[in-house]
Amino acid sequence: MAGTEVRPSQRLPPCLLCKDCFLFLCVNKHRPMHRSSRTLHLRDLRARMNFKNLREYLAWLYYQYLLITGIYVLEPWEKSIFNSILFSAIAMVVYTSYVFVPIHVRLALEFFLGIFGGQLESTMALMT
Amino acid sequence: MTESATSKLLNGDICHRTSNGKKASKNGFVKDHSLFEQPQKYRRPRDKNQNVPHNSSLYKKPFVESFEETPLWVAVLTYMGYGILTIFGYLRDFLRHWNIEKCHVARERDEQKDFVPLYQDFENFYTRNLYMRIRDNWNRPICSVPGAKVDLVERVTRDYNWTFEHTGKVVKDVINMGSYNYLGFAENTGACADAALEVTKMYGAGVGSTRCEMGNLDIHEEMEQLVARFLGVESAMAFGMGFATNSMNIPALMGKGCLILSDELNHTSLVLGARLSGSTIRVFKHNNMQSLEKLLRDAIVHGQPRTHRPWKKILIVVEGIYSMEGSIVRLPEVIALKKRYKAYLYLDEAHSIGALGPNGRGVVDYFGLDSKDVDIMMGTFTKSFGAAGGYIGGKKELIDYLRRHSHSAMYATSMSPPVAQQIITSMKIIMGEDGTTLGADRLRQLSQNTTYFRRRLHEMGFIIYGNEDSPVVPLMLYMPAKIGAFGREMLKRNIGTVVVGFPATPIIESRARFCVSAAHTREMLDTALEAISEVGDLLQLKYSRREQPLPSLGWMSEESLLQD
Repeated sequence: MAGTEVRPSQRLPPCLLCKDCFLFLCVNKHRPMHRSSRTLHLRDLRARMNFKNLREYLAWLYYQYLLITGIYVLEPWEKSIFNSILFSAIAMVVYTSYVFVPIHVRLALEFFLGIFGGQLESTMALMT
Repeated sequence: MTESATSKLLNGDICHRTSNGKKASKNGFVKDHSLFEQPQKYRRPRDKNQNVPHNSSLYKKPFVESFEETPLWVAVLTYMGYGILTIFGYLRDFLRHWNIEKCHVARERDEQKDFVPLYQDFENFYTRNLYMRIRDNWNRPICSVPGAKVDLVERVTRDYNWTFEHTGKVVKDVINMGSYNYLGFAENTGACADAALEVTKMYGAGVGSTRCEMGNLDIHEEMEQLVARFLGVESAMAFGMGFATNSMNIPALMGKGCLILSDELNHTSLVLGARLSGSTIRVFKHNNMQSLEKLLRDAIVHGQPRTHRPWKKILIVVEGIYSMEGSIVRLPEVIALKKRYKAYLYLDEAHSIGALGPNGRGVVDYFGLDSKDVDIMMGTFTKSFGAAGGYIGGKKELIDYLRRHSHSAMYATSMSPPVAQQIITSMKIIMGEDGTTLGADRLRQLSQNTTYFRRRLHEMGFIIYGNEDSPVVPLMLYMPAKIGAFGREMLKRNIGTVVVGFPATPIIESRARFCVSAAHTREMLDTALEAISEVGDLLQLKYSRREQPLPSLGWMSEESLLQD
């Protein structure tokens, strides 16, 4: 197994396997990889499923969502209730952020520029 | 044996005094003489492996156990899943209460509404709202001998697992990873089955009496002498049911004013027996010798709770292999403690008899110790011998006392003759007295299978609990939906597994438990491992964060690795 040892000092290009794997599997995104993280990544790659098309991949993602939230065991009408509640909550969050985030960002920028702008003016006044 | 134990104790003492830094003081202050107490050391946060043996001179071979810690995000998501299911449980209970949906659970009649309630609804909350939804993974009817492969009755449910219907079809040749068939004696052909057939023709199937009255057959006497010879004890006694052996014999031995020190994860039968006996029960942390020693010292120093009289007897109750964790008891250390503090030891070898040790004589054989050190050796015939029932072995006076005073001996029906003959034949095969090498072959096959199976699962990246040599392999699932999904997906791939959740395990640590058998061939194990890996990818079960040895990179050449 001599050629396969990677010494930590040897700089590997950042996440050379990223182009082959899906983003969510990429545990260590863009750092030089040490041996342990590289083996994790390799194992993730080996563990990767073979998806023929995007639809199959999306179906698998939905399956993971069902398993993690525990909805998998519920009856279909219960699944629909939970999905609709979650979807409407997320939709409300998105809408609110779309409406209010630009306003808040603009106000914040004005506030901070006001402070530092005032500082600059006063130092200029002192110097002249 | 006693000499070497004493010398080890002395060596242990000396080592401890120097390591603790407590020198012998001249003005007579009490020194810390404890055997296994250690100063608190920094532990690596990854493993819950705080039971590292510091007295490795007592162990002849390395004792490797691992209980990898639950990753934090997995624990959080598991709690979240249980929370969501609890909310839906409340919703369904509300609908059932207001009769918006049909209630399948037992309820009182309308005329009894003013009486004292008969059914406490909330206690069954978990059963009604989670267990019922994934109930099709348990109680699957089997219609063939539960050997390495088994036939299952196919069943469908139309109302989400409240009722089942049999389609009439049979799922054939399901690889059986759930039966306790460690040495492969669950078979309907071969020497055991033929001998049992002969005995049925001679004695019939039932006995029709208890051991005390007319139920003591000569085949029972022969079996008990054989069991005593197998274990290396003076005398043994057999009972019809393993659970009843524990729960009915501990009350015969212990009473008020006695102390039982039982392991945290002991089986229900041991807990029930301890509670029925009426003695004080104290629990020590699982397989943790420091905790056990502390309890022993407290018990001896302080005595009984209010009167401070010395305890009549102190009994340490441990199991050989713990079936939910796959861990093996630290028997050399327990025996050293027992001798030091003069307590008695009750060893329940339900899963380890026949499955561990070079000669199959259990955990005592595995560690190379003397069976005379264990005061009461208990075990069952269900797991490795392909029969049913339990036994207790020990000194002749103990067994004679039990014959007169045990509830199970006096009132329970005695063992059925074909079952007793199955035990006799299988035990002779294991001991090698039938003239063939079948027993030795099976023992070797079991240990090879165990090592191979565990190593492959570990390499795949699953979290596996337990000792490296134990044939019980728990694989962690954690999330509640994955319990049901794992069982169903494995059955689709024709592999029968047992999944376990709350209340048999802690609430977030649900697992799938595999029982490796000597009847499994390498091909069967490979098929099973491939399916497990596939399901593990599908369900994302490969949680382990251990460093794995680099695999051989045959599929990816070195040049492509070093390119950009």
